[in-house]
This record gives sequence, structure tokens and C-alpha cells, in this order.
Amino acid sequence: MTYLYYPGCSLKGTGKAYDESLLAVMKKLGVEQQEIDDWNCCGATAYMAVDQDRAYALASRNLALAEAQGRPNGKPVEVLTPCNACYLVLLKAQKRLEEDALGKRKLAGALESAGLNYEGKVSVRHPLDIFVNELGLDALKEKTVNPLNGLKVACYYGCQIVRPYSTFDDQYDPVAMDQVLEAMGAETLKWPLKTRCCGGSMTGTIPEVGMRLSFIILKEAKKRGADVIATACPLCQFNLECYQNEMREEFGEAVDIPVVYFSQLMGKAMGLSDRELGMQRLFVPFAVPAASK
Amino acid sequence: MSNNGNGRTNGSPRIGVYICHCGINIAAKVDVERVTRFAETLPGVVVSKEYKFMCSDPGQELIQKDIREHDLNRIVVASCSPLMHEETFRKATANAGLNPFYFQMANIREHVSWVTKDKDLGTEKAKALVAGAVRRVSLHQALEKKRVDVHPDVLIVGGGIAGIHAALTIANSGRKVLLVEREPTIGGHMAMFDKTFPTLDCAACILTPKMSQVKDHPNITLWSYSEVTKVDGFAGNFTIQVTRKPRYVNEDECVGCMLCIDSCVYKQARVDDEFNQGLSKRKPIYIPFPQATPPVVVIDPETCMQLSKGKCKQLCAEACEKHAIDFNQKEEVIEVQAGAIILATGFKTFNPMRIPEYGYGRYLNVYTSLEVERLVNASGPTGGEVVLRDGSKPKSIAIIHCVGSRDHKTNKYCSRVCCMYSLKLAHLMKERSNAEVYNFYIDMRTPGKGYEEFYDKLLEEGTHFIRGRVAEVTDWALTDAEEGKMIVRVEDTLVGMPRRIPVDMVILSVGLEAQPDADDVRRLFGVSCSKQGWFTERHPKLAPVSTATDGVFLAGACQGPKDIPDTVAQAGAAAAEALAMIDKGFVELEPNTAFIDEEVCSGCKSCIPMCPYTAIKRDDEKKVAVINEALCKGCGTCVATCPSGAAQQNLFLDEQIYEEIEGVLNYV
Repeated sequence: MTYLYYPGCSLKGTGKAYDESLLAVMKKLGVEQQEIDDWNCCGATAYMAVDQDRAYALASRNLALAEAQGRPNGKPVEVLTPCNACYLVLLKAQKRLEEDALGKRKLAGALESAGLNYEGKVSVRHPLDIFVNELGLDALKEKTVNPLNGLKVACYYGCQIVRPYSTFDDQYDPVAMDQVLEAMGAETLKWPLKTRCCGGSMTGTIPEVGMRLSFIILKEAKKRGADVIATACPLCQFNLECYQNEMREEFGEAVDIPVVYFSQLMGKAMGLSDRELGMQRLFVPFAVPAASK
Repeated sequence: MSNNGNGRTNGSPRIGVYICHCGINIAAKVDVERVTRFAETLPGVVVSKEYKFMCSDPGQELIQKDIREHDLNRIVVASCSPLMHEETFRKATANAGLNPFYFQMANIREHVSWVTKDKDLGTEKAKALVAGAVRRVSLHQALEKKRVDVHPDVLIVGGGIAGIHAALTIANSGRKVLLVEREPTIGGHMAMFDKTFPTLDCAACILTPKMSQVKDHPNITLWSYSEVTKVDGFAGNFTIQVTRKPRYVNEDECVGCMLCIDSCVYKQARVDDEFNQGLSKRKPIYIPFPQATPPVVVIDPETCMQLSKGKCKQLCAEACEKHAIDFNQKEEVIEVQAGAIILATGFKTFNPMRIPEYGYGRYLNVYTSLEVERLVNASGPTGGEVVLRDGSKPKSIAIIHCVGSRDHKTNKYCSRVCCMYSLKLAHLMKERSNAEVYNFYIDMRTPGKGYEEFYDKLLEEGTHFIRGRVAEVTDWALTDAEEGKMIVRVEDTLVGMPRRIPVDMVILSVGLEAQPDADDVRRLFGVSCSKQGWFTERHPKLAPVSTATDGVFLAGACQGPKDIPDTVAQAGAAAAEALAMIDKGFVELEPNTAFIDEEVCSGCKSCIPMCPYTAIKRDDEKKVAVINEALCKGCGTCVATCPSGAAQQNLFLDEQIYEEIEGVLNYV
């Protein structure tokens, strides 16, 4: 299976480390991928709020491109979508194509004017889904050379990969990331904030509201003894990591804790170098503590 | 077969057609005037009239007057479903001296006006149906209803308060009742409750005397730990198969001394106690609760050493002076007869694991309301003392309403009893633990005698009421005061802001759902049920305890969520309906039975195995099939099966059906 890789804009910008570490980990695991040619922005939630039809057209273009690129293999087309926002938006576009006849006609028209056509043969997959349900935890254990023993990780999923579509995990208490990191030796936290809102783009627009939401997550993870927070979403990672100084000033309480991508932790366990995993890009430095090796 | 019922109208059909407005039910979507004028043009129609309400007295008199004045010999009424008023118009026809089966009904309400938007289309469809009915009725023949004696006994399925009350009512009238309960004891949910709203009288004090009356009543046979597995026959003459599960204890010998339980090889009770909702443990040999009826122990074969492993010292059997324990007891299948059946199979409570946000199963001190009923019960696992699973005593308690009710993700309906039982539990918890109690509600629903007053009383007692659907129960603390507590997050819609209420205990007021096997049960008894599994009454207002199957009645929450007063009232009504049927002494059977044209029948026997009621036999001398009319239910299977057309069915003769189809199609 060669997955068609849809990085989305974040993974080429603020979330570069996610892109680097994920690709490195997949290579090590023998998961083949090919980037979708000429992919475009998924539109995210922002465009959806401005103009639904255009936002859907934007997202569907990626599905149509993937289908065109993947179909000739004669195999089902699977689009690997690491960014939570992209993942949700692509699923949402598919849902509209399935359920809304009028919406489907509009989209078909838009795609046609770009010389494209979408038959609905693409399935959108999240890397966590692939690791747990396709590769399997045993394969991950096999590739683990530096188990994350003693490392206490707070797995933070964000809202978008399980809501509203819980395609591969529980809507309220997802476990895929916990399973992956536990398979590689880490200890994961039982906590109720796995899918609580990080503030999203509110951190930029109404910082006092957005920052407070991130603060709650950081504080709780720290209080429960986490060494590090693992995320699966570039926006969550950014919100949780980059405002820790401001939060200390705003709320008068230090919540300094490293926030990494789950794929970075996987890479560490698999013996990949910090460079390969983009560790130098972190604002709050993280190194697997010596004690945990 | 004679051509008609009064000997007066042997000649060609003289048909009267009557089109009903049903107020505006029909008239809004069907041009009744146009249909009436159209009917006049149909062959054989002598008069055609319209009327506001054909089913009313003046409407019926209109028909009868015309029969006499115009010498009519066939009647067609186009109105509602035959289920509603076929019997009414047949009677009206008969009262004017015609055989009642010279009548045909066209359904232009359920089949036309209620399902059609366009009035022209509705009118056209109504005309087609009337044309079909007119052509069909021309070929109707006079038929006689058969009378069959009614078996005087009543079967009641389910031994909760509904079944108990119905059983006692019928038994007190002198009739015999068989009460079948699938659990080891009768009593149902009510036996688990501590007190009942709004009077706060103790549930056990009012229920257990009725339970023992059931046990002692000479007219009641009680089969607990038993299930109905097959139902045959018809109203007045049901044949019912009951399967009695082995309890491995001879019911006639056991006196309920419970010495066997004390001597069981398990010194410690290890199995979750179902009656106490798993809040305590029982042994493999047990009695559900001290007042269980019958007061007989039962052995759970899955955990009993002897029954599961085949090896045990059998100390229980040794301890029993009556030698009542019998490890070789087998399932017993018994056939019984009854004239009427009352279904009182009750409900189950909503499983709150389906709403993970509320933390049931994740946080130790989140309880269901049914668990709390046991917790505050003097005969419960803690003797009525409010001690939580972690051994602590709560200082603050949240009661969350509408868990699994009024919720588009789970059940859309209101479970009707939760507001009131939540108030009751709030009162009891405050009284027993002196904790602060918070009720989280969407809105309070307290219609009922003394219910609103009870709500007032709670307000005065100082229970807190917060209006808002709870978002989640969680354990992440924002402040020191919240540390170690569960936090109820809710939008307080009266204050207009989100709130966090830290508490030690959460009670989920779970809604009521149909029994998980409601669909199997309804098939067994031939009744229908709603999408949610509640059994459907024949008419929501005017036949609330009858079902679409004659002789089968409903009592209690199996028909929909209900509190105890309503359940008991309905059980009384079901008992009265069953008694009315039995005391009449006979039932009239529809003459729509099948018969064999012996001239045509080749004796091929194709029909015999097809008959679901084993009503067909072969006469080996004549070499033809013979249908036993008393057993035939008029399902028509043999008619459809017969390769030669020898099997025919009264009221559904081939030519009658063809004529109706042609009438409809010719018009279209």
C-alpha cells in the first residue's frame, strides 16, 4: 500500500517538525507514501465559516487530485492526512458529497471547471489509525530500540480527529495515541482532557480566552505528573507550546512543559536522530530523560 | 351459499355509497362532493351521499333509512381505516336487516387524505378506491360469524406491580390467573425502591403484602423463573407454552429457611448481587431479597461449583432438612390454556455508559438512580446508610436529570418518572446524609396529584436547583476547593453562564427504556411496538390497554414509561377488559376463513404443510383437503399455495379481489 500523503499547509510551516518526524518514522516502518501533486489548502474551519460552497470545493479538489493520481494503481486510494484540521475538513467534504445531492452537483460543477472529477473512491486516514489498525502495535514494538521506559506522556488528541466523526477511535476517550506510545515503552496519563479544546484560532483573535483554554490543559497535565505532552495537531502543538511565557504572566503560574508531536516520540523510541525528527524546532526543548532509558 | 342475508334482494345489486368528511380530516384533501357525484355514475349504485361524520348516530341512521327506503342490498362507506369503524358500519347494516357482510369500506383517510398534499390528486385517488369498493361489494355474499366459547382463565406475563395488581383484581373476581415471571421473584422494580413519591410511603410496606397475597391466593398460580415460549390460538382460546427454568431447588419443599445459603462452600459472597445492582455480593445459592416471592432459594448454575465444575461437597444439600436441593432438575415445558392474556413485562433503565461524558464506570462515585434506591434502602447493601463505593460519606451530591431521556443522541422521549424520583432521592439523600444536594434539570415536569406540591416542599427544604443540561462530569480541578472532587460542568441557563459545581457524589437519573427483548416478545404475542420498543395500544385515547390482537391486553411500563399510580390504574383497566371478555362467555370469529372447493381439489397436499395453524387435513377417502374452520385464522397462505385454485377464502374470493382491482385500475 502506498499512501497518498496530504501534508496540508501547517506541516510545511509551523508544523514542519510533524512533517519531518512523521515521514522519518514511516520510512523506518516501511510505510510507503507519495505526496499528492499540486495539493492546495484544505480551507480549514476559517474558510468554511465564510463561504461553505467554495470551502468545500477547495477541499474536494484535493480528493479529486488524489483519486486521479492513485486510481491507476488499481488499488483503493488512501489519503494519509496528519493534520487534524485537514483530516476533519476532508471527511466533512466527503460527507457532503454522500449526503447532499445539491451540494454534490455544485461541487461537481466546480471540479469540472478545473478539469477534474471526483467519484468518491478515496478514503481519508489519520496516521494514528494507520499505526494502530493497519501496521499494528506489534510492528511498532519490533522497531523500538530505545523504549520510552519511565517517560510519562499526556496524550492530547485535540477535538477534530474524533468529533464529530469518530472514524477510528472513541469520541470522548480516544486511546490510539496512548496505545502507540505505550507499545513503545512510555507510560500514558489517564486524564479527562484528551479532547478538550486548546483554544484553536481563538489564541490569535481573543488571546485571553484562547490562552486560558490552553492553560487549563497544560496545568492539568503537569499536575498529573506528565513529563511531556504529545499532540497530533499542528495548531494544538503551537497553542500549547508557544504561549507558556505569556501564560505565566497572565495567570501567575508556571506551566512549563514540553509539547511534542507523537511522531517525534515514536522516532526517539526508534532510535532516530534529533535532526531527523525536527527536535531543534521546539521552543520548549525536550530530551528523553536519561532515567527513562 | 345464499346470495344475500334477507331474501329480499336476490336480484341485481342495489348499492348505497356514503362518503364521510370526517370533519376536515378527509374533506381538506378530498373533494367529497365530487367523489359523491362520481359514485352515482357507477353501475349498481342507487344512492350516493356525503355526511360530516358517517360514524355518528345520524350518519348511521342515514344509511339505515336508505336501506329501507331504496331497498338497498349493498353498502359502501368511504371513510377511515376499517380497523377504526368497519365493525360500526357492519352493525348499522345489520340493524337495517341486511347481512353485515354486504358491506365494504374504502379507506380514504389513512390511505388518502392523511398522506396526500394535493387535493385534486387526493380526490382522484378517493374516486378510484370507491370504484374498487363498489365493484367488490357487488360480489359480496352473506356470511355468518361463528361463536366460540371462551376459556375462563387469564395469563399474565410479568410480575411487577402491574402484573401483581392485575392478577389480584382478576383473582378476586373469582377467575383463575396464571402469573408468569422470568426472574426468581415477583416484585419487579418497585421491590427495589426505598420510598415512593410524592407521599414517601415505603415501597416495601405497600408492595410486599400484595406479593404475599399473590402467593396465597387460591385463584392464582405463580410460576416464577419461567418464560412464555410459544403462543397459539386466538382470543378466548390461547394455547400457551411456558418454559420453567431449573432453579435446582424443589419449590414445593423449600421453606426459605436459607440454611443452605449459610452452608454453601463459598464462605464469602463473591457474585454481583443483581437485586442490589451489584452494590453487594451474593453466593451462587441465594434468595434475591428477604421478602422474595415465592420465598424459595435459587442456584445460579454459572457460579455454583457443582453445576459449573461438577465437583463440590454439596454442603447446601446436606444442610437442607427438606431435601429440596436437586442438582438434576431440568427445564420443564408446560402447555396451558387461557382466554385472555395481559402483558406486563415492564421496562429496563438506561445504561449511562452510553453517555461517557457523565463518567459512569470511570468515576467510582457516579451512581445510577436505581443503585441509589438500593443504597438508601433499609434492606439494601449498607442498611440504608449513605456510604459511597470508596467508603466515604458525601457532603455534596449532584443529581443529573434526563440521562437517556429528551436527548437526540439517545432517547428523544421524556421518561416521565425521573423528575419526581429525582426529587424523592434529593429529599432522601438530604435527610440521610445531610449533604448539599444539587438538581440539574432541563425543566421540571411534575404533573400529577400532589406532585407540584412535593416539588415546592423540596424547594423549601433547601435543595439547589440549577437549570441546564450538564455538559460533563470530570475530575480536573481549577481551584483548591475542587481538588479531589468530581466537578459537574453545566451552563446555568437562569444565571446565563457556565458553572462548575464540585461534588462528592453524582446520581444519574436514568430514563426508562423498553426491555431489550421487547421485539421478540411482541412477535410472540402478535402485538406491535413503537420504534423504541414500547408495545402499541389499539388506540392511544380510546383503547389504551387493548392491542391489535384481540384478547391480548397491556398493563404498565411495557406500553411506555409510567409511574406507579398510572401503572396500577392501567393494570386495573387491563384486568377489567380481560374480565369483560371472559364473562361474556363467547367470542365471535370473523367468517373470513378458507374453504376447499372439493370439485377442484386434486388432493395434492401442497397446502397442508403451509398452514401455520395446522388447520388443514386430507380426507383420504374423498382424496381432498379439508379445512377445520375453528382453527383457520384466515391468513390466506393455503389460498396462495393451492396450484389449482381449489382453496378459497370467504371475503377474499378471487373474483372479489379481481373485481376490486379492476374497479381501481379501470378508473385510473
